[in-house]
Amino acid sequence: MKFNRFIFANLFRKKIRLILTIGSFAVALFLFTFLAVVKSAFSRGTELAGADRLVVINRAGLINVIPLAYRDKILQIKGIKAVTHNNWFGGVYQDEKNFFPQFVIDPENQRLVMTEMRVPDDEWNNFVKDRQGAVAGAGLAKRFGWKVGDRIPIKNALYGPTKTWEFVLDGIYHNDHPGGDESQFWLQWKYFDETIPAVIKSQIGWYVVKLDSPDDAVPVAAAIDKGFANSSTETKTETESAFAAGFAKQLGNIELLILTIGGVVFFTLLLVTGNTMAISVRERVGELAVLKAIGYPDRYILLFVLSEALVIALIGGLIGLGLAVLAIPVVGAALRGLLPPLLLSVSVLSLGLAFAVFVGVASGLLPGIGAMRLRVVDALRRV
Amino acid sequence: MAIPVIYNFRSVKARWTSAIVAVLGIAGTVGVFVAMLSLARGFKATLVSSGSVDNAMVMRAGATSEMTGGVGIDAVKILQDAPGIARSSDGPLVTPEVVLVAPIPLISTGTDANVQIRGVSKNVLQIRNKVKIVEGRMFQPGLNEVVVGKNANKSYTGLTLGNTISLGNVRWLIVGIFDAGGSSFDSEVWADAHLLGPAYNRPDTFFQSVTVHLVSPDSLQQFKDAVTSDPRLNVDVTREIDYYSKQSTRLTTLITVLGGLIAAIMAIGAVFGALNTMYSAVAERGREIATMRALGFGGPSVVFSFVIEALLIAFVGGLIGCLVVLPLNGLTTGAMNLQTFSHLAFAFKITPELLVKGIIFALVMGFVGGLLPAVRAATQPVAQALREL
Repeated sequence: MKFNRFIFANLFRKKIRLILTIGSFAVALFLFTFLAVVKSAFSRGTELAGADRLVVINRAGLINVIPLAYRDKILQIKGIKAVTHNNWFGGVYQDEKNFFPQFVIDPENQRLVMTEMRVPDDEWNNFVKDRQGAVAGAGLAKRFGWKVGDRIPIKNALYGPTKTWEFVLDGIYHNDHPGGDESQFWLQWKYFDETIPAVIKSQIGWYVVKLDSPDDAVPVAAAIDKGFANSSTETKTETESAFAAGFAKQLGNIELLILTIGGVVFFTLLLVTGNTMAISVRERVGELAVLKAIGYPDRYILLFVLSEALVIALIGGLIGLGLAVLAIPVVGAALRGLLPPLLLSVSVLSLGLAFAVFVGVASGLLPGIGAMRLRVVDALRRV
Repeated sequence: MAIPVIYNFRSVKARWTSAIVAVLGIAGTVGVFVAMLSLARGFKATLVSSGSVDNAMVMRAGATSEMTGGVGIDAVKILQDAPGIARSSDGPLVTPEVVLVAPIPLISTGTDANVQIRGVSKNVLQIRNKVKIVEGRMFQPGLNEVVVGKNANKSYTGLTLGNTISLGNVRWLIVGIFDAGGSSFDSEVWADAHLLGPAYNRPDTFFQSVTVHLVSPDSLQQFKDAVTSDPRLNVDVTREIDYYSKQSTRLTTLITVLGGLIAAIMAIGAVFGALNTMYSAVAERGREIATMRALGFGGPSVVFSFVIEALLIAFVGGLIGCLVVLPLNGLTTGAMNLQTFSHLAFAFKITPELLVKGIIFALVMGFVGGLLPAVRAATQPVAQALREL
C-alpha cells in the first residue's frame, strides 16, 4: 500500500487521457448494462413462467377457440390443482397506440392458478360481484393514471358489431416477482359470454392448468392432449415456460443481435484501453528502467502497471453502472408499451463490474509483462 | 498556407497502431448504426410494398388489424355494387378474405411459428396484380388446394410443391408457389376463402376484411363516401398501402429507438477513442508541430490539418463499418408482426442513402474527436514546444 501515491501520481500524468479512458469504460459499461437489461426484458416471460403451470391451446393455433366444456374433462385428470380459462379481448383504449393485453378471465379460478398476481381480498370480492368489473395490473394503472372506481371504456371490433364496452376498475393486482407482468387488464367471463353473439358463446381462448407438482408436467400434458385427440377440437398442452419461449422466439433473434453488439463493444473497449496502457508504458520506459535499476523486483513493475489499469477500469466501470442506474428508468418509460418493464438487477450490476475488472486486468497485462521483461540496459540506452 | 494532405497520410501510417483503435471504434459504431436502420427499413419496406395505391381495404369500423375485424356476406354483397370498383369480365374485383394464423415449424429452429393463412377469392391475382405464380398453378376454387408465398416456402418445413398440409380439420394440397415481390404476402399461405373458414369451424359467410381493386387511385374517395354513408354498413375504408405502413410502426419504432440509443451511446465511446488517439498524436508530435509553425504555417492551417487527419481516420472507420455490414443486404430474417402476431420474413435493406448516412455519422464523430486536439496543437507556444525533449 505504500505505493498508492506513486500509482496515483502516474495516473494523473496525462489528465485528458485519464478522463477519456475512464469515459470509454463508463460508456462501455453503460451499454453493457443497457443491453443486458433489454435482453432480460425479452426473456423475462420465460424465466418467470410458473414451473407448475400448463397452457392448453387449440392445436390449430392460439387464435382458435376451445369449448368451455373441456374444463370438466381436464379437471378429471389426476395431478391437477386448479384450471382457469382466458380469452383474448383485443380492444382499444382511446387510441391504438395504448396497446395492452386484455384477458377475459374466470374469476372463480384465476387467483388459484395465477398465484403470483395478488389482488387485495376486498377489491377482489367487489370484482367478483361486479358484472362490468375489471382488474388492472399495477403498471398498467400507473401508465394511465387509473384509480379503483374509475370507468374505463374499451372499444372492441372482435366480437359482434364494433362497440364500446364500459368497465369499472374494481381492483389492482401486483406481481410477486420483481419485474413480473403488471400490464394486463382482466374482465369478467360472464359479462363477456352474455354480451357476445350466440354463435361464438361458450368458447374460450386457452386454459391455464395449475399442477400439484411440477414433476407431473409431462404426463399431465400428455393426458390432456390424449383426452381430446381425434375430436373436432384437438389441443396442444405445453408448460408455461415452453409456451412463453415459443412466443419470444418468434419475435426474432434478439439475443443474437444483442450478443453481437456486446461482442463488438467488448472488443473495441479492449483495444482502446490496451492501446492507452501500451502508450503510457511506452512513454515511461526510461522511468521503469530506473526503478528496476535501483532494485525494484520485476513483479513490482507488473504490479504498478496492472493496478493503474485496474483503477481506471474500476472508476470507469462504476461511473457507467451509476449512469445506467439513473438512465434505465427513463429509457424504460420511453419504451413503455413496446417492451416489458426494464429492470436493473443486482446480478447484472455485479456482472458488469466483473466485466470491467476483467477488461482492466487484460488490458494492463500485456504492457505490464512487456515492462517486466524490459532489459534495463536497453531501456536506459533508448532516448 | 495549407499543410499538404500527404503529411497526414504519412503520419497516420507512422502511428498506425493507435489509429487502428480509433478506426475500429468508429467502424463498430457505424456498423451497428447501419445494421439497425437497415433492419427497420427492411421490415417497413416489406409491409409497405404489400399495399397498393389502387387497392382499398374494408374492415369493420374500429378494427385495428385484419385479425380483429369482421365483415359478413351481406355486407360483401353491398360492397360489390359500390362505385369506384374496377370490374373484369367475371364481375367486380373484390376479394373478401378470411385471415388466420396457423403454427408451422420453422426450418431454421424447428420450433413453431405463426404463419398467416389467407382465404382469398378466385380473382385475387387480378386484384393484387403484383403477385405472380412462379411455380405450379393457382388453386382451383372449391378444391382443398393452397398456394404458398416464396418466403413461406423457404422458411417453413413441409410447405413445398406437391406436399399436403393440415390446416384446421382439413388436409390441403400445395399446388403452387407465388412471388409477391418481397412483400409480407410472401410469408403467407393462400386458399379459397369459402373453404378455409369452415375448415376452422367458422361459417363460410363471415370474413375478416375485404380488399377491392379501384378503377384508379383517385376513386378511393368516391368509394369511401359511398360505403361509409350507407346505413347498412358499419365499416372503415383505408387505402391498402396506408394500412400496411401503419402495421409496421410498432416494430419499426422499437428497432429505431433501441438502435438509435445503442448507436448514440457507442458514438460517445467512439468519440472518446478518437479524442484519445488525436490527443496522443498531438502530444507525440509536439516538436513537429512547433517546427511547422516556426516555418510559417499559421494556426488555422494546423487546426485544419489535424481535423483532416481525424476525418481521414473516421472516413476509413466508416467505410470499414459499412463494408462489414454490407453482406447483410438482402439477408432474410424473421420477426413477429406485433399487430397480427404472425411471423413475417423480411430482408435487411441497405440502401446507398443509408451508407452515405453511415459515412456522414463517422465524419461527424471524427470532427468532434479531432477538433479539440487540433486546437490544442495550434495553440501550444512554439518556443516551449521546441525546447521540450
